[in-house]
Amino acid sequence: MRRNNFHPVALQPIGRTVSVMNRIALKMLFGDRGKYLGIITGITLASILMIQQPGMLVSIFTMTYSFITDVSLPNIWVMDAKVQQIDDSKPLLDTQLYRVRGVRGVEWAVPLYKGSQKVRLSNGETVMSNLLGLDDATLIGGPAVMIKGKLSDLRIPDSVIVDEAGANGRLAKPAAAPGERATPLKVGDVLELNEKRALVVGIARAQKTFQSRPIIYTTYTRAKVYANSERKMLTYILVKAKDNEPRETIARRITQNTRLAAWTAEEFKKKSLDYMIYNTSIIINFGFVVLVGFVIGAAVTGQIFYNFTLDNLRYFAVFKAMGATDQTLRKMILLQAVLVGFVGYGIGAGATASFAAMMGNSNGPSINLSWQLLLASGCAILLIVLMSALFCIRKVLKLEAAVVFKG
Amino acid sequence: MEQQQEVATRPIMTTGGPNDAAVFCRGITKSYGSGETQVKALRGVDLEVRPGELLMLVGPSGCGKTTLVSVVAGILDQDDGECLLFGQNLARLPKHERVRYRGEHIGFVFQAFNLIPSLTAAENAAIPLLINGIPMEEAVQRAALLLASVGLEGREHALPSELSGGQQQRVAVARALVHSPRLVVCDEPTSALDQATGMRVMEGLKKLAVNNDRALVIVTHDARIFSFADRIAHMNDGAIERIENKL
Repeated sequence: MRRNNFHPVALQPIGRTVSVMNRIALKMLFGDRGKYLGIITGITLASILMIQQPGMLVSIFTMTYSFITDVSLPNIWVMDAKVQQIDDSKPLLDTQLYRVRGVRGVEWAVPLYKGSQKVRLSNGETVMSNLLGLDDATLIGGPAVMIKGKLSDLRIPDSVIVDEAGANGRLAKPAAAPGERATPLKVGDVLELNEKRALVVGIARAQKTFQSRPIIYTTYTRAKVYANSERKMLTYILVKAKDNEPRETIARRITQNTRLAAWTAEEFKKKSLDYMIYNTSIIINFGFVVLVGFVIGAAVTGQIFYNFTLDNLRYFAVFKAMGATDQTLRKMILLQAVLVGFVGYGIGAGATASFAAMMGNSNGPSINLSWQLLLASGCAILLIVLMSALFCIRKVLKLEAAVVFKG
Repeated sequence: MEQQQEVATRPIMTTGGPNDAAVFCRGITKSYGSGETQVKALRGVDLEVRPGELLMLVGPSGCGKTTLVSVVAGILDQDDGECLLFGQNLARLPKHERVRYRGEHIGFVFQAFNLIPSLTAAENAAIPLLINGIPMEEAVQRAALLLASVGLEGREHALPSELSGGQQQRVAVARALVHSPRLVVCDEPTSALDQATGMRVMEGLKKLAVNNDRALVIVTHDARIFSFADRIAHMNDGAIERIENKL
């Protein structure tokens, strides 16, 4: 053995000590692969639950007023005073349209029919769809994006336009033989609505609705033919307010003059959303799952991370005995916690985004991944890992360095 | 026995004064617990270790050896008494200064090695340098040189699980010495090793850790290594019963 000729070390700034020891902290973390993967898995699952469920909830909320969003040109919706939300149909007499048109501040007003209608498929099955009757003259209320055909083709006799999701999904032509795939509906195909012929002249893109039903657009007059005839068929009156007054003022004036409910588009969206929130248990159900995700994530992650620290407690005691400061140890544990949080959250968010992309083409609710949601769930994950880290830091800081001599 | 034996109930001052000793402890007491369950681990221990000396603390289990060495190394606070380390009273230093003093001047060797499983031999041996802020590459390089000096040349990149018990303890020895501490404290460094390996580890320790301004304190049960000691302090029931001078 050679004689040790080294000179005593010169103490270095604390910052440098911390950064060098951080590398050791990461090696300790990655070195225990089983626990590292366990912690990452826990955080990933918690992230998925905390992103996917609220994302789906937001998507469902958006779907409750998606039809109002799609009809963008009018800015006031007039309806029966008892209507509570967009799918709540309480038709008016056609004459109400003229009363609304006469209110000061109304630039124009057009009728809109919105109702449910059975569609019979070629194999005899029936599918419930949303039938929309647009103003014959202006076709206001029609889809914003046409994929095939033109909106003006609705002027062709017996014509209808079908939304893309419906054409590819529930309204697709049934497979000829078991095991074969259904054929998407295309321009020129014919549907049967209430025993009447409907010629498909276009395919449009529309936002998904809460009921996830196919949407069939036609003219107001033709919609009344397709629908079972009732005395009152006018579901909504779509109004464009003049720009010289606030639209809320005009809406209140319409209500005052006609005794009908009149809401701006934003007010009607909120009314529809509020109905969903206050009359269903959807918030409680989704909120519970999010809470469970948070609690399970915190419990699993916290437990595994705490065990990881406990397993390494003797080594932290060695560091302590050998001169590592509390600040150094604190930063080592925080770095480990934040890193596993970052990696787990990244995987969870990525997996949820992939899942959302896959769900995007289906008829059901999609996942709405807004930056606010990602930020909030990221903060929740950060909270989980910081809580876990704080428990571990407390344990390590309370640790007597003298335990290093225990076998 | 050719070696001279000195028996005393209290260790005799052999240096110029407290500031000249490597370790100078007077009246150290330490208790664990309270009330009826209180255990007195140290009962007014006096201890002096000279620079350049290898002192062994021996005695039955539970006699207070480990507690004493923990107090000496500044990782456990005594209840009463005074303990100077190269003239420095660690108990009077603020916590962060005491921690840094330990990092700079004290090396540790443990019975269970306490090597970090995910670090290589060189990284393990470099830990005291890293704690003192030496950059990773430089620290690992210096640790590798020291590993070579304890006979582990070419094993720098091995993980602890790839090393034998003796090799692991030599890594631990290198770790205790890599920052050239003035005091090295060892707790049962050979108890987990066979005789030949234990002897090799002790030879390395004595050569590298003991010189004019450094001292080595070893807690041991292992009679096979008593011959390496300059003095042996026999402890019993929280006190030093006698000091055996081996020189």
